[in-house]
Amino acid sequence: MSDTTTEIGEFEENTGEPEHRTRSRIWQGVFWVALIGFLLIAPTLFYPVFVMQLLCFALFAAAFNLLIGFTGLLSFGHAAFFGGAAYIAGHALKVWGFPPLLGIAAGTLFAAALGWAVGSLAIRRQGIYFAMITLALAQIVYFFVLQMPFTGGEDGLQGIPRGHLLGFIDLNQPLAMYYTVAAIFLVGFLVIYRIIHSPFGQVLQAIRENEPRALSLGYNVDRFKLLAFVLSAALAGLAGSTKALVFQFASLTDAHWQMSGEVILMTLLGGMGTIFGPVVGAFVVVTLQHVLSGIGSWVQVVIGGTFIACVLLFRRGIVGELARLLKINSL
Amino acid sequence: MDPMIRLILAQGMLGLNNGVFYAMLSLGLAVIFGLLNVVNFAHGALYMLGAFLALILYSYAGAWVGLDALHIGFWPALILAPLMVAGFGMLIERFMLRRLYKLDPIYSLLLTFGVTLVLQGLFINFFNASGTPYPGMPESLRGVVNLGFMMFPKYRLFVIIFSIIVCFVVWYIIERTRIGSRLRAGTENPELVKAFGINVPLMVMLTFGFGTGLAGLAGVLAAPIYSVSPLMGANLIIVIFAVVVIGGMGSIAGAVVTGFSLGLVEGITKVFYAPAANTVIFLLMVIVLLVRPNGLFGRQS
Repeated sequence: MSDTTTEIGEFEENTGEPEHRTRSRIWQGVFWVALIGFLLIAPTLFYPVFVMQLLCFALFAAAFNLLIGFTGLLSFGHAAFFGGAAYIAGHALKVWGFPPLLGIAAGTLFAAALGWAVGSLAIRRQGIYFAMITLALAQIVYFFVLQMPFTGGEDGLQGIPRGHLLGFIDLNQPLAMYYTVAAIFLVGFLVIYRIIHSPFGQVLQAIRENEPRALSLGYNVDRFKLLAFVLSAALAGLAGSTKALVFQFASLTDAHWQMSGEVILMTLLGGMGTIFGPVVGAFVVVTLQHVLSGIGSWVQVVIGGTFIACVLLFRRGIVGELARLLKINSL
Repeated sequence: MDPMIRLILAQGMLGLNNGVFYAMLSLGLAVIFGLLNVVNFAHGALYMLGAFLALILYSYAGAWVGLDALHIGFWPALILAPLMVAGFGMLIERFMLRRLYKLDPIYSLLLTFGVTLVLQGLFINFFNASGTPYPGMPESLRGVVNLGFMMFPKYRLFVIIFSIIVCFVVWYIIERTRIGSRLRAGTENPELVKAFGINVPLMVMLTFGFGTGLAGLAGVLAAPIYSVSPLMGANLIIVIFAVVVIGGMGSIAGAVVTGFSLGLVEGITKVFYAPAANTVIFLLMVIVLLVRPNGLFGRQS
């Protein structure tokens, strides 16, 4: 069983023909318009807190996708960055009295540093071991969060103040909070889009496709992987910090391994290695959780079942399948 | 005896007792990984399933067939439950995992993660999430034995000895018998082994069943010690992954030795700094990654 082929985020017929490219661009344009349109009008259609939750998870999944989809690394410990950042941001906002943006920055910076530490250990091993190592390291973070005095243990960190954006916009007003979150999401998502389409992102994809070849071309593969890991962790931290600000608490669930599993599912369901897939996947999973919240722990069974179905029948994910139907190679 | 030494020995024995489960589970993982190149995330959930089957056989199975007085006890469960878990494992292999062998191994990890969530969710629904004690511990194993430095529960001593025997037998089968040599040949070159007329897919299925059966067996052994809870496997599997990263999945003996010794280390840590006992295995993993990235028994990849 040595001839395992990597299929993550791989599209058939990866042709660079002009007509393909134009069609790709048109459809990408359609998705961008739809996304921005949604961001603008969503609070009039849905409960703003729900949409903010969608956006936080969409950003989290998009950050995760940078690793699994575009570098070919499966991290099973991303909850550590999401949850860890939520606690740090919460602490900075509540105890140190940081203004909102600075609090979020503190959480993000913490996640980046943590990502550097975890990443530099995990990239020492490849493939399946990488996943196990990230899971185990994230568990250390979880135990820390559980035992540290400032995190509130089982109760979590509660009563995080939203404060005033730039000193004068009161974030306790739902719409002000909403558009702040929408802006943070959009900035994060644009950063990810830029990374994917930069020369750096091209090298990452080369590593995903064929690591030995990238190495033989003279790329310092470990450095690229580590940087991708740090960026992904930082953006996951941005999502976690923002969530802490929106919901005004950070909880153990945010740092639990099950959260790492959920972000994998969002990305897998939406389409690994696609641009918009993680956003779609996050929307579907979070909506599903809301709809099913009345049936208690059956949710876990549904989530597990979706996982199985995705892996067996649906590996390209929703957006990946759509891209195949539309015969384009990047969506 | 010096009380400090006495304390270390006592915690060491209790640690060894946890090491039993580390060893048996990482052994099963190594057996499966060796032949299938699959990391079975569901291993913890199958361990939990084994424990629950023991509980169900004792407390519920009789009532289901209309015989309220019937309790299927520990000894029959020690054989029946692992067989049932193995059967369940073989179904997973036959109908799910088999479709994924040609793909990147992370897909089988994700699939078995999904299986974990389903099993866990089901048992949380039907049983108490915080755990149910197993009432069926056999009379002959109740009570304590005097080890000189401590009074040790007879049952736990039985578990330690029994699992050492099981691990040795598994090692012997795989490394020293004809069946084992076919298995190892199947790992190296499945096409060639097929050409010798050996039914490789069947062998793979049975191996997966065997590995999961070991998890089920560990579950039955655990039932009288810990309370039987839907989450008992989830917390364990992450530790097992760290054990496997430390020991490397390349060698059967390596998995067993690492499992037992890490249990011991964890127990002794409790003596010196109790809060670190949860994390000491993970911290050791970090050190091993820094010093010997391929694991203590790992082959160069």
